[in-house]
Amino acid sequence: MHVPDGFLDAPTSVATGVVAAAAVALSLRGSRRELDDRTAPMAGLVATFVFAAQMINFPVGAGTSGHLMGGALAAVLVGPWTAVLCLSVVLVVQSLLMADGGITALGTNIVLIGIVTVAVGWVVFVALRRVLPKRVGMVAPAAAVGALVSVPAAALVFTALFSVGGNVPVDLDAVLVAMLGWHTVIGLGEAVVTGLVVASVVAARPDLVHGARPLLAERELELRTGITT
Amino acid sequence: MSTRRFFAVALLVSLLVAGVASYYASAHPDGLEHVAEQAGFLHSAKDSAAADSPLADYQTSGLDDARISGGLAGVIGVVVMLVLSTVLFRLVRRRAPDDAHPARSHESEA
Repeated sequence: MHVPDGFLDAPTSVATGVVAAAAVALSLRGSRRELDDRTAPMAGLVATFVFAAQMINFPVGAGTSGHLMGGALAAVLVGPWTAVLCLSVVLVVQSLLMADGGITALGTNIVLIGIVTVAVGWVVFVALRRVLPKRVGMVAPAAAVGALVSVPAAALVFTALFSVGGNVPVDLDAVLVAMLGWHTVIGLGEAVVTGLVVASVVAARPDLVHGARPLLAERELELRTGITT
Repeated sequence: MSTRRFFAVALLVSLLVAGVASYYASAHPDGLEHVAEQAGFLHSAKDSAAADSPLADYQTSGLDDARISGGLAGVIGVVVMLVLSTVLFRLVRRRAPDDAHPARSHESEA
């Protein structure tokens, strides 16, 4: 969903640029709580992996493809503030080095792929973690559902931006329906990749998964109570 | 699994995905591009100012073999990502209490 230069007009691009800059500034503050000596290298690797995974377009039918966005994945692995920074670094490198996603559209892409997918993916994940059984095995399925919802959410926000600042007058209802339809299918791919990657990390090193920490702490408590009784 | 080993595996997977598997990725337009074409606004896309980058479109300029050209671009991208993000997150992270004020401890030593 990398937006190229030219889709959105200058005022809209400036506005998304301001929102993106403010979100990155907030995330630089917020991520201090998530990053320490152990999790900082993890965050670097998550950003690197998301960059690599975004190169893999998978077919979704009718001559169309999609690739992982990675917002929900990064949020669950390293925390939402750090995830915004991870995705922002990915998008800057893609835009400047690979010409993937426009440069004037960088703010738009950070909003869509760096903020919307992270925020929606994380909120859905936390809500599910609250209602699902308090087991570490629930982290990957909850992350997958967050991922699934995050992709059409980004498609919805793109359509909203396009309705405000699109450079070509088109049938917006048709764009909305098509964007939501295709990105729900792409969201299924996002869910599968996110679920598999989170499950692998949880299996290898659950302590390195930000979203699993409250559950690990709870497990620890239960074990201790078990010993005393 | 030790932390060191885990990070090594994660890096290796990233290198293989970007350097090898990327060759087999679908070349079809992505969801947004497809919708833009159908709805009739794809023509408003402009070439990025970075379109002349030697790694534009994940191909290394000057290399004809698509497998090598794309694979090298992916590997370079992974290395750039690792360096940039590692430096950023090291700067942002919370320091252990005893090295929180390195400047001050230097002063006290002096």
